Amino acid sequence: MKFVRRIAYRTFMFLLTLVLLVGIWELYKKVGPQDGGMLFGARVLPRANDTAMPHVSTMFSRYGRPEVRGSDKEIWQVVLSGAWFSLRLSLVGFFLGTTVGIGLAVLMARFTTVRRGLLPYLVMSQTVPLIALAPLVVSWGGKLEIGSFVWPRWLSASILGTFLAFFPVAVGTLRGLTSSPLAAVELMSSYAASWRQTLFKLRFPAAVPFMVPALKLGASGAVVGVVVAEISTGLKGGIGRLIIEYAREATGDPAKVFTAVFGAAALGLTMSGLVAFFDLYLMRNRPRETST
Amino acid sequence: MKKRSLKMALAGVAVMSLIAGACGGSDDAATEDTTATAETTAPAAECVTPTPVKLQLQWFTQAQFAGYYAAQDQGFYTEQCLDVTILEGAVDISPQTVLANGEADFAISWVSKALASREGGADIVNIAQVFQRSGTLQVSFKDKNIMTSADFKGKNIGNWGYGNEFEIFAALTAAGLDPAKDVTLVQQQFDMAGLLSGDIDAAEAMTYNEYAQVLEAVNPKTKALYTAEDFNVVSYEDEGVGMLQDAIWADGKRLSDAAYVDTATKFVAASLQGWAFCRDNTSACRDIVVSKGSKLGASHQLWQMNEVNKLIWPAEGGAGMIDAAAWDRTVSLSQSAKNLEGGTVLTKAPDAGAYTNDIVTAALALLSANGVDNTGSGYMPETVVLTEGGN
Repeated sequence: MKFVRRIAYRTFMFLLTLVLLVGIWELYKKVGPQDGGMLFGARVLPRANDTAMPHVSTMFSRYGRPEVRGSDKEIWQVVLSGAWFSLRLSLVGFFLGTTVGIGLAVLMARFTTVRRGLLPYLVMSQTVPLIALAPLVVSWGGKLEIGSFVWPRWLSASILGTFLAFFPVAVGTLRGLTSSPLAAVELMSSYAASWRQTLFKLRFPAAVPFMVPALKLGASGAVVGVVVAEISTGLKGGIGRLIIEYAREATGDPAKVFTAVFGAAALGLTMSGLVAFFDLYLMRNRPRETST
Repeated sequence: MKKRSLKMALAGVAVMSLIAGACGGSDDAATEDTTATAETTAPAAECVTPTPVKLQLQWFTQAQFAGYYAAQDQGFYTEQCLDVTILEGAVDISPQTVLANGEADFAISWVSKALASREGGADIVNIAQVFQRSGTLQVSFKDKNIMTSADFKGKNIGNWGYGNEFEIFAALTAAGLDPAKDVTLVQQQFDMAGLLSGDIDAAEAMTYNEYAQVLEAVNPKTKALYTAEDFNVVSYEDEGVGMLQDAIWADGKRLSDAAYVDTATKFVAASLQGWAFCRDNTSACRDIVVSKGSKLGASHQLWQMNEVNKLIWPAEGGAGMIDAAAWDRTVSLSQSAKNLEGGTVLTKAPDAGAYTNDIVTAALALLSANGVDNTGSGYMPETVVLTEGGN
């Protein structure tokens, strides 16, 4: 019962925030300067006109109208199928990223030399701009053929999701694996437990509270990676491609691009929601502690 | 305990070497791939297995590439025993690089951009100049009084960058203006909001795309669509600084291979036949492009088809022929137009191998034999009415 009430409370707060956001948007539209506010030649207040900030009602009614005239599909159908496409790519990217991230974390936790050697490179890898990497990955992927396995184009987008997802997972898991109290580790060694037994019976369970936030970051990272890769390489079918195609029409149909942007946001929420459920499952048997 | 940790380390090494092996393998796969394509080129006479051909476009599916989609849809490629795959472009896809890396057999690119890549070492050759005229405009509101490029002085001039700005620099140089001092160059988005909001005085626009976008937008003052009367338009073609745009580029390394030349000839012939079809059937071509998944509205696509036709037809010397005078103009502008840093697109003139009319000449002969009108001397553009949002 407590559980249900907590979920209901969270949903209520989420909806309340949403209503507040819509209210702020519409309020600014009403009182904000139509042509923006300039201070010393720099724009400090955004424009409040219909092209720059369409009414929320316009954006949502756009969902119910056809994508283009004569098309039998309404925008919500197109955005939904685009989000579903990108969700699948993100899940593949997230899965690969989690596998690689946890694998690296275990290696780094086990061998101090590996940690010393690898960690700086992991940090460095995240400074490479994604848009520089995207065409390269597509180009390498296009040349890859292992036996009967031909690299599909969508996999390149997933790999870019992996690239953003593995880092927080690796760092968070590493932190978690090394967080077990010394007394617990010494207890394990007094039982003559092997390293592997210590890993699975002590270190991993102790690492869960560190891993869950890392996985949430990784999940949204995977979505960002996939969406950017779609924009950058023009992969058809996903939400990223819709964003850039609709953005081109922002001159005459400014509400259209927002429909796709909301789709991408919903996608990110779905992914972290999945991780939250996973968290609930993992923590089901854990005694509830009062955090300080 | 010692033993186990050793085992773990070995497992780790094994995984690492697997990854390394997989990465190393990609190079071999690439070379095999290229040879395979070259070998499978079918003989000319009978069509047993169509030759696979990959065409890399510069941008997403739109009527700018209607001719190729029409050739695919109307079976012109199949008649020439080609199996053509059309690869769409994107923000970070450079068709020249894709072609030079062997990931496509042909690519569509603007001449000045492609020549810059050629100077940078990409061995690519122009085999057909599809667009005979430049479609770049600089659009401004009437009250800004920008009638020619000389009026750019002191104004905010929008441009897209990525090599789409060369004509602006050429026009500024021709008007005696210094791009670093006399104008403010503004990076422009893919939409025309900057022009409509007043951030940009004169915005870069293609006749067939962005110019239509402003005519599809609602004027907040009148609540009706903007009309051509609201704007002044500077056409770089009319200013005398137009540079050659969409052309079909081939891989220079493979042009010594007779089979590739044969494929190229058939490909150019079928593509030009597609363009001739689109000249005579604008609405049919619009529908083909829309059916290929373009997200732009139907009236926008029809406008685009019509404007693109104007850039191709009439083609006095035959469609796709590279006009030496226009080529030389593009080359000399690329060498003389100064950019912000005072540099030029090209440092020296490209060698004679940068373009060839041999393939397009043979292709036009093929078309004439099939009775296709490849000059379009009687071509008359249509009048297209745009609707709000291009829908």
